[in-house]
Amino acid sequence: MIPQRRYLGILIAGIGIALIVTLFSPWASSHPDGLERVAEDKEFIDRAEAEPKYEVIPDYQFPGVDNERVATVLAGITGVIAVAAILLGAGMFLSRGRDDAEPSSLTAGGG
Amino acid sequence: MSMTLPGPEVAGAAGPALHIPDGFLSTPVATAGYVVFGVALAVALRQTDRKIGPRTVPLMGVMGAFIFAAQMMNFPVAGGTSGHMLGGALAAIVLGPWAAILVMTAVVGLQALLFQDGGLVVLGANVVNMGVLTAFVGYGVYHAIRPLGRFIPQATVVAAFAAAWVSVEVAALATSLQLVVSDTSPFSVVMPAMLGVHALIGIGEGLITAAAVSFLLATRPDILGVRRTGAVMEGVAG
Repeated sequence: MIPQRRYLGILIAGIGIALIVTLFSPWASSHPDGLERVAEDKEFIDRAEAEPKYEVIPDYQFPGVDNERVATVLAGITGVIAVAAILLGAGMFLSRGRDDAEPSSLTAGGG
Repeated sequence: MSMTLPGPEVAGAAGPALHIPDGFLSTPVATAGYVVFGVALAVALRQTDRKIGPRTVPLMGVMGAFIFAAQMMNFPVAGGTSGHMLGGALAAIVLGPWAAILVMTAVVGLQALLFQDGGLVVLGANVVNMGVLTAFVGYGVYHAIRPLGRFIPQATVVAAFAAAWVSVEVAALATSLQLVVSDTSPFSVVMPAMLGVHALIGIGEGLITAAAVSFLLATRPDILGVRRTGAVMEGVAG
């Protein structure tokens, strides 16, 4: 299903907002997060397996980029585009053969 | 993810607020997580397939992109701790719980597979905690409070905040119970600590969710099933 024009605008604007958010990700707080803080305080952090079985983009640092901030933003852009592509692909597959603008669009949100 | 590297922290996204790393959960608990996740995903695919409309596909892509980006933005909470948005409640408010589960599966799954954020053995549990529970709880709380719009003009935004806050606490509760059953930490230790810190993180989740809903109300209220006048379109289908 090709998104109709009024939803195509949402798609472009929404992904644009997500990409803008990733530009700020280098300035995200680097303090331990909630679960990590509790695991440290309550002394079960050592149970975490130290080494991942493999690495693609570990620690949200795009590999091969020396500048950490650039590497973070590139990792974010990669993730945003990958998630959007997966969901658009899955959604188009689920809605295959149905390109009519059925008004059930309003009830899909449960309203 | 940073949980594997305590010590000097690089600039940028720290670890995530609730992503369980491998090693924290016992094999039975991790397996049970995959079973619940599998059932939820199967039903979500079926339900979404049945109800999919012209707006569903682009909104799923947008929600996934936004939630992935928002999850990278750790914000500070008290005591040298950070948290970040989960997004399941917002996705469910916009898309309904079933499509929201698909969105959260894509986000959390990609974080584990591509970014080594959250373990692979515990991936099922992580999707259940951060995606399935948040979607249902957030959806339920939102729709329980929103009808108060007849009396309180800001009910939709308040409902969004409450839905998000409660969803984070329920996710923290579920995570804690899994840690207890896995014999990783005793109930009396992990439960108050997790609920306490996530009560603060939930405020951040609530503020972002309420801001996003306010933005949609101002720009595209039709997405939330609201007419421009602000009246809720209960049961009105085109």
